[in-house]
Amino acid sequence: MRALRGIRGSFDKYWYGWAMAAPVVIVMLVLVGYPFFWGVYLSTTNADESNIGRDIGVNHIAPTYKSVGLHNYWDILSGNDGHFYSTLSWTLIWTFVNVFFHIAIGLGLAILLNRKIRFRAGYRLMLILPWAIPGFVAAFAWRLLYNDNGVFNAVLKFFGMHGVQWLSQPTSAKIAVIAVNVWMGVPFMMVSFLGGLQTIPSELYEAAEMDGASPWQRFRMVTLPGLRPVMMTVTLLGVIWTFNKFDVIFLVTEGGPAGSTDILVTHAYQVAFQNIRQYAEAASYGVVILSMLIVFATVYRRSQAKLEVQA
Amino acid sequence: MSRRHHRNKRSPLASAAIHATLIAASFIAIFPIAWVALTSLKTGNGQWAHPGDFSHLNFGNYSKVLNDTDFLTWFGNSILVSVLTMALAVFIAATCGYAVSRMRFPGYRATMWLLLIVQMFPIAVLIVPLYNLMSKLHLVNSYAGLVLVYLTTAVPYCAWMLKGYFDTIPIEIDEAGKVDGLNPFGTFWRLVLPLARPGLAVVAFYSFLTAWAEVAFANTFMQGSDKYTLAVGLRTFVSQYKGEWGLMTASSVLIAIPAAVMFLLVQRNLVAGLTSGSAKG
Repeated sequence: MRALRGIRGSFDKYWYGWAMAAPVVIVMLVLVGYPFFWGVYLSTTNADESNIGRDIGVNHIAPTYKSVGLHNYWDILSGNDGHFYSTLSWTLIWTFVNVFFHIAIGLGLAILLNRKIRFRAGYRLMLILPWAIPGFVAAFAWRLLYNDNGVFNAVLKFFGMHGVQWLSQPTSAKIAVIAVNVWMGVPFMMVSFLGGLQTIPSELYEAAEMDGASPWQRFRMVTLPGLRPVMMTVTLLGVIWTFNKFDVIFLVTEGGPAGSTDILVTHAYQVAFQNIRQYAEAASYGVVILSMLIVFATVYRRSQAKLEVQA
Repeated sequence: MSRRHHRNKRSPLASAAIHATLIAASFIAIFPIAWVALTSLKTGNGQWAHPGDFSHLNFGNYSKVLNDTDFLTWFGNSILVSVLTMALAVFIAATCGYAVSRMRFPGYRATMWLLLIVQMFPIAVLIVPLYNLMSKLHLVNSYAGLVLVYLTTAVPYCAWMLKGYFDTIPIEIDEAGKVDGLNPFGTFWRLVLPLARPGLAVVAFYSFLTAWAEVAFANTFMQGSDKYTLAVGLRTFVSQYKGEWGLMTASSVLIAIPAAVMFLLVQRNLVAGLTSGSAKG
């Protein structure tokens, strides 16, 4: 009896909270949880377009794929599929180079904008514009610049050089997509750092100046430590976003030429939806990508927490 | 040594260097956008392929985009999908954000954890199983299917951010509501929600933009030109077989102007929420 009252008591007490949180939790469980476990299951089968089963008119064709255990993972991780390690190394380069330039350029511009200078609001507005443009519009804009008959080649020819087929050679295509993504990502970092810089008390700078610290020492001893919380957040977000940055690669090069600019997510997408749809292999790629991100986020958080304890 | 009197005093040379750097950076930031706007005014077949020729400037591409292509259909589809996503996401994210901000209930920690982890999910893990799920439910090539998918990306961030916003509203407001005999729903709806308008505006904008600019799902799920959103439709202007850059640039300008204006209006709040929200986690 008492136990029953206890249950009813907790229901009375908590049902508002449950009711208000329920819609989101249900949406997440149905649209993320279920597909996630379904994806993990698919990754252990040989499902593809031909055997997944479908409805044609009123006829239902039953699925005929079967379990293959960890074969797909073995195929990917042993390098047998011929794409994983080359794509992975390019994905890591892509992520590192992008995040490095985002942070370096964003921080540099934020420090310049944080000074008392004329036209500050005007500069800020112009520098933030790449963020205000929808990503797919920006991607097409850059494709126009890179076009064989585009403005970059016109400039090269004006100076008597040969035009470059920017998006048709692996190396220049890689540089091209990185340039697009750096261009798109800098404003977010700049604005985040600008917010962080404004929280550093100016007394700290004055005290450092009294102690005779050089500008470089002030930057290292006052600015960087003051930006630590922001730096940690934007690095984590930046790595996760860049690692999964689908639209720039997909819209600018479609992974080409010959898959050389494909990162893991776009490669998985091509596997899933181009030519014969290899659902199982794509799902395995998905699980591998997610595992890597979880490992990264955990290690990163741990190391940051350790630094905080030491500081 | 004499330079170190005060930070506001700077040699003219240093000032010039700062302005030069900022002007160069601003030029790089603006150039691709300005170039698209300029190219959109170059009318005539292949005129875009002559970067140095500015002799045929008029609005011909714009009238062609509006009259002879499906641009307006795509625009309508994008608006429809984005507005539906926004309305649903803001509503359910607000109730959830309020619940985790004010109430401690069994499952509270699990809910917070769920919101955080889902934000990290890469689409590639989900796109295949979601596609299978949607085709089982006959929601492929439908607006409803796309809206449901966008909710998964928009809602966790919105709920997370709104929780942060509700945390800044004094708890005394809720207590006053309780004293006046309102139940928690009433307090939320009549007292807290009106105070949270700025926060709601930001998440509304964020969820709108998530749907507005999404490429991968729209590209997979929508299969006929009558159902395309802008991100998918625009791709048909420039493919392996044709390069209608006049149409492409004109429609880019038509899409970018409203988006940029809205963005510049709310961007300050957007960043504050983004970094403070996730820093707390």
